[in-house]
Parts: sequence; structure tokens; C-alpha cells
Amino acid sequence: MEDQILIEARGLSRRYGPTVAVAGLDLTLRKGEILGMLGPNGAGKTTTMKMLAGCLAPTAGSVKINGVDLREEPSRAKQHLGYLPEQPPVYPELTVDEYLTYCAGLHSIVPRQRAVAVASAKKDCGLAEVGRRLIGNLSKGYQQRVGLAQAIIHRPPVVILDEPTVGLDPIQIREIRGLITELGKSHSVILSSHILPEIQAVCGRVMIIHRGRAVYNESIGQVRGAAITIELRRPPKADDLRSFKGVQKVAELGGGRFRLHCDDAADPREQLAELAARNNWGLLELRAESKTLEEIFVELTAGDEPRDVTAEAA
Amino acid sequence: MSHVLVIARGELRRIFLSPLAWAVLAVVQLILGFVFINLLIDYARNAELGDQFTGVADYMGGGLYGFAIIILLLVMPLMTMRLFSEERKSGSFTLLLSSPASLTEIVLGKFLGLTGFMLALLVLLAIMPLSLLPGTDLDLGRIAAGLLGLFLMMQAFGAAGLFVSSLTREPTIAAVAGFGLLLLVWLIQIVAYQDIPFAEVFGYLSLIGHFDNLRRGLFDTADVIYYVLFTSLFLWLTVQRLDLERS
Repeated sequence: MEDQILIEARGLSRRYGPTVAVAGLDLTLRKGEILGMLGPNGAGKTTTMKMLAGCLAPTAGSVKINGVDLREEPSRAKQHLGYLPEQPPVYPELTVDEYLTYCAGLHSIVPRQRAVAVASAKKDCGLAEVGRRLIGNLSKGYQQRVGLAQAIIHRPPVVILDEPTVGLDPIQIREIRGLITELGKSHSVILSSHILPEIQAVCGRVMIIHRGRAVYNESIGQVRGAAITIELRRPPKADDLRSFKGVQKVAELGGGRFRLHCDDAADPREQLAELAARNNWGLLELRAESKTLEEIFVELTAGDEPRDVTAEAA
Repeated sequence: MSHVLVIARGELRRIFLSPLAWAVLAVVQLILGFVFINLLIDYARNAELGDQFTGVADYMGGGLYGFAIIILLLVMPLMTMRLFSEERKSGSFTLLLSSPASLTEIVLGKFLGLTGFMLALLVLLAIMPLSLLPGTDLDLGRIAAGLLGLFLMMQAFGAAGLFVSSLTREPTIAAVAGFGLLLLVWLIQIVAYQDIPFAEVFGYLSLIGHFDNLRRGLFDTADVIYYVLFTSLFLWLTVQRLDLERS
């Protein structure tokens, strides 16, 4: 089942005293998806992830992981889940092997299979060489990998990664990204970040969170603006263009150029080209104005009201 | 249940990886060794001490364990201080929270790991009087009662320390507050001597009164139950506190 739903969060809310960090967020993660969570600092990304991972109880709403309710059967639900918080939850005084064996035990892997699980997680995260070293002596990038290995050691269907590339150098970032893409083939991943290219590079779907609400939720392929630019050598009247299905508004830009604002779903480019050829308009240019993720992000999150400083802590 | 054992083993391992545990064991052993030798010399010089009421086990074991409890009052908060506060500070607590282990299992696991350390201390404390075995007729029952008392006392100290550690992010604060809490419960004894209503109740609540019986070789189920209840209460409070933090 390709579209099996692994995480289903409904109406997730979280308050910290008077501050609302997350307000009525819905989230669905299907099998084999890499979902990117974007948002300005303090938008509620980390709070959302903590709630999904069961580290924080939501004030309202419910989370189902692989069909198991996180509140009613936390132990069973968490078995389907791997979580890497912002700060890798490692013990510096343990070696990588010791630590991962401990994690394997925590995630209910039977003693006989722990060594195998540790070896395979180490292999996936490029840790084979450092198994006997103390975690405290490893670089930040390697510690991050250890954290990642911890999250996938029990091969959960869902992996939640909170800003996995923060504080890494560009090469390490590339490596971790490669790792996440690799993970995405066999696990479903939720990834948070406020770095746009990162999301664009690895995620299949983007969710933008702003002030605790999901304001955008589309797959990366559909990141497309709802406007079309057309340039014609022998332009007709603007009204002729307006008659197309889905076109809401036509703006004349001069010199035979028009911008057509369309419905989200409509894409009249094909008919436009056909008509231009039939009526001999002399089609010079026809393109969908694709908005970059950055434009969408800025548009949706540009602060119209001052941001609540206390929410930053979230 | 398997989670409890996994956490306990991990905790015990980390306790003994830290220099703190070894330092604590060494200092405790050094001081108690000093006290033990002193008691021994004292006893050897004044052989008449060993009359029909006070045997060597009483004098040596009782004296040593009476002193040991004061040292333990000082060092147990040091051992418990980092159990939760450090994990919270370093962020590794999320590992436990996001794992399938329940809060009760986490608390019990940590406590069991700490119990492992207590047993190591107990072995050191047992060896000293037992080293007299070849030369004397030791009343093993009295030594055993004393050791049981020490163990129960350490459990109570440990549970209270664990609870205090779950309240804060700073290990040092956990140590100071833990020490304060233990001393307070200890000193409730003073109230018992005041001429106020319910003075006896306070005397009964105090940690020290129940230990004295066991130290003198008097095994009373009520004393054991007192410690078990004390320990359970603080473990339960710890679970409640962690649950509160999550919601």
C-alpha cells in the first residue's frame, strides 16, 4: 500500500501558559514521503515535532502513528517512531557501540538481534569506522549521525528529524542530506528546517507553519504560481484572453505582453498555444510564472503583526 | 519490564563510567576505614566493653554503621543529583521520552541502576566488620540487620534524591536541595522531643528513628515498611512530576 497513512495528527494544539505555540494543526504523512516542515523561528515546528514524537502532550488534538493513538497506547505507538531532536540525545561518556546497543534495548529489540541492528544502523549512517570511539570526542557532524542512527535503529516506519543539519559544515550538510534522501526510500520522514534550499533538495512535500498554523501544504512539484505570462506579436483584445476557463484576471503589460491570473487548478497554457496558432497571434512567449519556495514562504510568513517574543522558546 | 532492565543497566554503566562514583566510593571507604580502625583499637584497649550486653558485632558493626549513615546522607545526593537533571540539561532525556518505555519504567530503571551502586557501597561496608570473622565470634544476625538498615536507608535517600533531581535542570541544585530535604526529614526527630501535640507522630516520620532499631539488631517489620513506603512515595512523586512536565 503506497499511500498508507503513517502519521495522522488532527487539531493539534499546544499552549505554554498564555502563549499558543501550535494552534489546530492537521498533518498527514503517507508511506514513502519526505515531508519538510518550514517556518520562521518560533513558528511551532519543534513543538509540533515533540508532540508527534510523544515527548510533549498536546493541549488538544490527537496523534495517530501507524493507526495507533499516541495518547491511548504510547508504548505501542512509539515503536513505530524514531525521533532526532534538535540536540542529538547522546551520552558523551559512552562509545558509539555502547550507546546504540542501549538505544536498541530501549526500542525493544531483543538482545540477540541488537548487534545486527547496531551494525546496520552504523552502516546506514556512515559510522562503521567510529564504533569504538567515545561520542563526546566525535565532531558535531558525527554526533548528529549518531543521533540519526539512534532514530532508525529499530527501523521505524516513521522518522522525525528536527533541524538535522543545524551547526554542520557544508560538506557535512551534504552528507546528512544524502543520508536523509537515502532514508526516505525505506522510511517516511518528517524534517524540519528554516533553510529553504534544504527542504527543496530533499523533501517531496512542504508544509509551512506560521504562528502555530499550517499555512501551506503542497508537494514540491506543485510549487507553482497561479499566473501565466504570454507575449504575442499580434495581440488580440484583452477580453479575448479573459474568456479562457480558469482565467480570473488579465493584466496588460504593454508591448503585446499579458499576465493572466488563473485559478489554482487551471492551466490554460495548452489551449492558449492552440488558439494563438489558429488565430495567427504570433506567439513569442508562454510560460507559467513559477514562484519559488522562497517567495511563497516570504509571502505567507511576512509578519504583519509583531511576533510574540515568548513564542521563540517554542 | 525489559525496558526497566535496559535502563537500569545503562544507568549503572554510566554511573561507573563517571569519576564521581569512584571518588565517592574511595572517600567513603577511606573515612569509614579510618573510623573502623579507630573503633577496633578502642575495642582492643578496653576489652571490658564487651560485656554480656554489648558484643563485638554490636560495638564494631553498630558503631561503624551509625557513622556510615551520616556519610551516606552527605554523598547520596551527589549520586542522585545528575540522574534526571543532567539528562534534561544535555537533551538526552528526549531519548527516553520518545522511546517506548513508559515514565514508570524510566523512573524504576534509573532507580534500579542506582540500587546497583548502593549494593557496591554495601559490599564495601559489609567487608569491614566481616574481616573480623577469623578472629572473633561475630553475631552475623546483627551485622545483617545493620546492613539491611543501611540498604533501606540508602533506598530512601536515593528515591528522595531522584525526585529532587527531576525538579531541576542543574545537578548542583539537585544535590543541595536533595541534601536539604534529607536532613529535614532526618531532623523531624527534634520536633518529637518538643512538648507539642502529635510529637510522637513526628518522631515516627523521621528517617533516623527507624534506622536505630535495625542498627541495634532489632528487626521490626514496621521499620522496613516505613522505608519501603518512603521510597515508593518518592518514586511515585517522580513519575508524577515527569508526567506533569510532559503535559
